[in-house]
Amino acid sequence: MIREKQVPMREQPPSVRIGNFEEVALGYSEEEAVEEAARCLQCRNAPCVQGCPVGIDIPAFIQAVAVRDVARAVSVIKASNALPAVCGRVCPQETQCQGVCTLGKRFEPVSIGRLERFCADWESEHETCCTAIAPHTGKRVAVIGAGPAGLTAAGELRKCGHDVTVFELLHIAGGVLMYGIPEFRLPKAIVKREIDGLCRMGVRVRVNEVIGRVATIGEMLAKEFDAVFIGTGAGLPQFLGVPGESLNGVYSANEFLTRTNLMRAYRFPEYDTPLRLGRRVVTVGGGNVAMDSARTALRLGAEESIIVYRRSEDELPARREEVHHAKEEGVQFRFLTNPVTLLGERGRVSAVRCLRMKLGEPDESGRRRPVPVPSSEFEIEADTVVIAVGNGPHPLILQTTPGLELNRRGNIAADPKTGATSLPGVYAGGDIVTGAATVIEAMGAGKRAASAINAFLCDPR
Amino acid sequence: MYEILDKRPLGPGIQEYVLLAPDIARVGKAGQFVVLRLHERGERIPLTIVDCDPTLGGVTLVVQEVGKSTREMGERFHKGDSVLDLAGPLGLPSDIERFGTVVCIGGGLGIAPLYPIARDLKKAGNTVIGIVGARSRALLFYEDRMAAVCDELRIMTDDGSHGRKGYVSDALRDVLSTRRDVARVWAIGPAIMMKVCVAVTKEFDVPTIVSLNSVMIDGTGMCGGCRVEVGGATKFACVDGPEFDGHGVDFDLLMSRQKFYAEEEACSLERYLATRKDATTS
Repeated sequence: MIREKQVPMREQPPSVRIGNFEEVALGYSEEEAVEEAARCLQCRNAPCVQGCPVGIDIPAFIQAVAVRDVARAVSVIKASNALPAVCGRVCPQETQCQGVCTLGKRFEPVSIGRLERFCADWESEHETCCTAIAPHTGKRVAVIGAGPAGLTAAGELRKCGHDVTVFELLHIAGGVLMYGIPEFRLPKAIVKREIDGLCRMGVRVRVNEVIGRVATIGEMLAKEFDAVFIGTGAGLPQFLGVPGESLNGVYSANEFLTRTNLMRAYRFPEYDTPLRLGRRVVTVGGGNVAMDSARTALRLGAEESIIVYRRSEDELPARREEVHHAKEEGVQFRFLTNPVTLLGERGRVSAVRCLRMKLGEPDESGRRRPVPVPSSEFEIEADTVVIAVGNGPHPLILQTTPGLELNRRGNIAADPKTGATSLPGVYAGGDIVTGAATVIEAMGAGKRAASAINAFLCDPR
Repeated sequence: MYEILDKRPLGPGIQEYVLLAPDIARVGKAGQFVVLRLHERGERIPLTIVDCDPTLGGVTLVVQEVGKSTREMGERFHKGDSVLDLAGPLGLPSDIERFGTVVCIGGGLGIAPLYPIARDLKKAGNTVIGIVGARSRALLFYEDRMAAVCDELRIMTDDGSHGRKGYVSDALRDVLSTRRDVARVWAIGPAIMMKVCVAVTKEFDVPTIVSLNSVMIDGTGMCGGCRVEVGGATKFACVDGPEFDGHGVDFDLLMSRQKFYAEEEACSLERYLATRKDATTS
């Protein structure tokens, strides 16, 4: 008899966790993992593998867990995925591997993400696995940006025997994994551990490197490197374009989360960077970043944390688990609500004037387009507003790399299969190409580009 | 780690540092800035570049001790010590061309970022009229350096302890009233000083560049915290600036946003001073 429901994962109770920044989900024990692994049908056609942007051999690793050979499970995962402890925590599994799981047609799908996390965490405690590295090729690759795309590309290229240097603009490597995703969803120690693993493989990581100014990509290719991968990710936040967005107390989600995660404002004044927060926090947006912001606000002491989203609950782009956790923690949702003006008193935001929306015909994304309900204006009181509606591309490399072609949206134009750009030897992947997407999609792009770069280095013609 | 090659006081609570950062020193230009972080718990402090020495690999910065971090830097970081992080150059360089006659105004700490601009404008063949000012004589620095690159230098102090008594904007009005050939003005200093100078140059219709020090977190084009309004549009000081057309800048908004964290800054400084006292008494 197959267990119909997933083995649940232990979590910090909502009432406790909104008082701390520690991880919400606590992981499987070995017994729980083995029980969950036993639910896998080991389908011959393995739709889950197709659903994984980096193509992990999911049935093989789950089979290994089921027979308690976790070391083998780890090596199966690591053959395809350089950052499993991260992916096991932040991938939107429900729309990828688990969304196409055969078992999911009748029961709950196998909890592939939780099993991946279990394996990665097991490895950190046992340190058994050593990644095989090909002999030195003498080729040098520069990776710009130490986020998910760059780190993945770096790991893959190093495995091929190339000499890889990662250049990071901030003072710490990890990109969005460090500045964006909160500690309670992805502990920073785990990100550091994954990056340390890459360093042990021989990847060099240099922080505080303002590539584009200190050296342009053209200069890097001329002087030192045989190929360059650009994974510089998201940049300047998008705002709503409504009056009042420069009022004090209005943050982009980037600023709100960077202060909290990268600069540890939740430990101010022990850490030097503060974050000023009011009692009623309104977050605008419906993605994971909006959920992260609203949940962070509660942990920082907000009395009320309200998410305002212009479509309905069904269209929320966030991972379902994040929405579920946010609700459990007391985040309130105002669906079909669109801000039109931010109101202020003495320079500080005091309310959000909104319009009610209803769903109309489907738009180009296939989701039903929200249309305003006439004369439905109302106000939500707020002393902090977080705008989480996306980012443009990071501007620095685009400003300083002549000849690099951009696409219609102002992102780098790159071949989706190889990451090749308009410049020979220059590849790109992740949010800098696609605009805001997921960690795993950026990793997939990093991996595909690494394979193309490897081919290019072996035969540059 | 970035070593402090040299440190000297320029006045009470004002220090000049030369930091070892050869990559930045090789390419840094007037108008650009760096982001500095003292230690693991430190904040990212944006500081405008004063000078770059490519031979020595040194980057010169002037820091006024106004808050916790700058105070800590002044008191605990000495020649031979290192700061943890230094990233740069960031922002767009000043637009240095041959304009003809230019006026370069530096108020208070603003003299530091102004100096390399005046120097480069002079090198580019401009007639440079310098105006520097501070609250009092002790707080006025770089008089000699400015004198060396200006065709004419006017000095103003609020209390009249040095030069003429009054504000830099008074000297600016004098210059613009007597000379009709001023093609461009640079004004760098506290927001209120830049606002007043811009009001004067508007009267005379002279294009004016200001350097905006809005609150930054990463300083690299990511967080959007440094947004300012210029000509009715939202701009980001870290990547679109820090220099902007002064005639379009909403200075009241800038000042309001600069003050938002005043309470936290005071709290942080107070806590630092308390721990420092404990350390010296125990």
